Amino acid sequence: MSQPRRIALLGNPNAGKTALFNALTGARQKIANYPGVTVERKAGRMALPSGEPVELVDLPGAYSLDPASPDEDVTQRVVTGNFPGEAKPDMLVLVIDAGNLEQHLVFAQEVLALGLPTVVALNMVDLAERDGLVLDAKALGEALGVPVIPTVAVRKRGLDALGDALDKANVQDTANRHGVGELTLPERRLAARTMAKGAVISQSAEARLHESLDKVLLNPWAGPIILFGLLFVIFQAVFAWAAPFADALEGLGGLMAQGVAATIPAGFFRDFLTEGVIAGVGSVIVFLPQIVILFAFILVMEASGYMARAAFIMDRLMASVGLSGRSFIPLLSSFACAIPGIMATRAIADPKDRLTTILIAPLMTCSARLPVYAVIIAAVIPEQSVGPGIGLQGLVLFTLYIAGIVGAILVALVLRSTLTAGTASGFIMALPRYQWPRLKDLLIGLWQRAWVFLRRAGTIIFAATVILWLALTFPKAGPGENQLDVSYGGQIASVLHPVFEPVGFNREMTLALVPAMAAREVAVASLATTYAVESEDEDATMAALQAEVAARWSLPTALAFLAWFVFAPQCLSTIAVARRETNGWKWPILMLGYLFALAYITAGITYWAALSLGL
Amino acid sequence: MKDALTLDQLTPHDRAEIIAVAWDDLAQGEGKRLRALGIDEGARIAIAHRGVFAGRDPIALMVGRSLVAIRRVHARAMQVKRI
Repeated sequence: MSQPRRIALLGNPNAGKTALFNALTGARQKIANYPGVTVERKAGRMALPSGEPVELVDLPGAYSLDPASPDEDVTQRVVTGNFPGEAKPDMLVLVIDAGNLEQHLVFAQEVLALGLPTVVALNMVDLAERDGLVLDAKALGEALGVPVIPTVAVRKRGLDALGDALDKANVQDTANRHGVGELTLPERRLAARTMAKGAVISQSAEARLHESLDKVLLNPWAGPIILFGLLFVIFQAVFAWAAPFADALEGLGGLMAQGVAATIPAGFFRDFLTEGVIAGVGSVIVFLPQIVILFAFILVMEASGYMARAAFIMDRLMASVGLSGRSFIPLLSSFACAIPGIMATRAIADPKDRLTTILIAPLMTCSARLPVYAVIIAAVIPEQSVGPGIGLQGLVLFTLYIAGIVGAILVALVLRSTLTAGTASGFIMALPRYQWPRLKDLLIGLWQRAWVFLRRAGTIIFAATVILWLALTFPKAGPGENQLDVSYGGQIASVLHPVFEPVGFNREMTLALVPAMAAREVAVASLATTYAVESEDEDATMAALQAEVAARWSLPTALAFLAWFVFAPQCLSTIAVARRETNGWKWPILMLGYLFALAYITAGITYWAALSLGL
Repeated sequence: MKDALTLDQLTPHDRAEIIAVAWDDLAQGEGKRLRALGIDEGARIAIAHRGVFAGRDPIALMVGRSLVAIRRVHARAMQVKRI
């Protein structure tokens, strides 16, 4: 046989499907999107005990084969052989949660009715036992008419037996299978109840751990306090813990640049490598530590079952702008960086909710805006107190953050009644039982997120930064000329300047906007270049730049510049990630358009308001 | 029918049986999702938790052995009787 046989893993969400997939395939997984939809396709190889290699596909979680979400639609089409480019699976592993038989057996009957050779993994039997529920897998197998193997995916228990059952499943007799033929949902539910009852050996009083945990974590008073405490820790970690790693990466980039400088003769190629490639890609890779740390927290929250509780607590607040509790964490993450924030929107089941969240994520004030804010505020806002313990500079910074949030709320409301209109997604979801996350699953998840990001940095972001570098390097400046001025980038700025003059931008500012397309903080570096205040010492450069800005910019101009950066989508990586996550250019281009429009209008209003106030 | 007891009027620890659901009041796909999670006419539920903010929304229900979160708008469409 030429192609290895394909086994699809399917089951209800929270059945422990992904853990089982990880346990069976290890880290040898290929992740991609199903064509045309933003649903992740995970595939991996494994060998059955007979030695036969097979391909394992982890299908998206589904409650039913009558699709109500993009995930379910993919699952339904793949198992029925109706997904273009996806061969119909040869065998199925149906994962059901031992602690939730009554519900999961409803879907199980639908799957068995497909008639494909199927082995049932009765997963998380340990958690069920912890909750006082002992089950008879054999009795369940007889009721369903297919082999039922008790497993504990996270402890690798039952995997050999599962493999053996798959080896034998080729020649499965479907005649005595339960549920073949058309059954209605109430009939299936009734059968599920009967089968679930029949499989119970013993069931003790419900002294369940998760109930007592929920009493605290979902307590109307303690719940939000615990959540905000946790968020505080996450924020601290993302900013503080990531700093040494980011510095190390920056240092590494510097060393590489030095190494290149030492081995390659001066000239175009050396500059291309050091200033274009290493500096350009390096400016994106420094975000990797933040992304990894943030995702470590997110993955632990997901795997432990706490994420659903966080969504539960925040749902009401998010509902007031037409979103659901699921959007809270991605938006919060975007305060660190919109890239992991947008990547985290995968947890949002509703496609319109998800799209809205992606579109407003760049409005959260990310850490890359801070250098710009810091320099301009320090230069033009006097260091004075406006109240006990409230400095004017801090107040301005705070206002910029609030402006972003208010902008996001307004944009979400507008989007929800126009482009992403539709009934509020409704917040219907199962709150999974708590469990300890497994280190291995965590590491696999982290590696996948990091890899997605690095591949981005290596391709589209790399290309964009190189093009930008070329535009800023050519043509070469003659003696006494400013390189930035002469370059194609500078020429673009000259063309753009008349556009930006009405909102108070001077030519240097417009010039700074061009390289800042790569990343906002580059604006600071390019202003320093333009004002020729660069020196070896970064702090000295900043101090000199502040002095220049203070001397040359009027207050309305500086305020307009700050307002611009609250909204302007000056981050190629964010646009690239939005393209990946929305599977096309339509939404990223819309995002670019509306953010630039907002930035321009706000900068203009700020400028003219400040002027008329006589500032 | 006006003063029929609906699910959103219950408080934590209340137990009830869903006797009727106004499916038409739910958005497209929501009914399907609710039924898939076992929330349907005839289902016996217990209120486990309610949210923190305005209107104590959302609501967490115990259905069989699983905990399911729904919003108040969904609960309002469900007529229940206490058990």
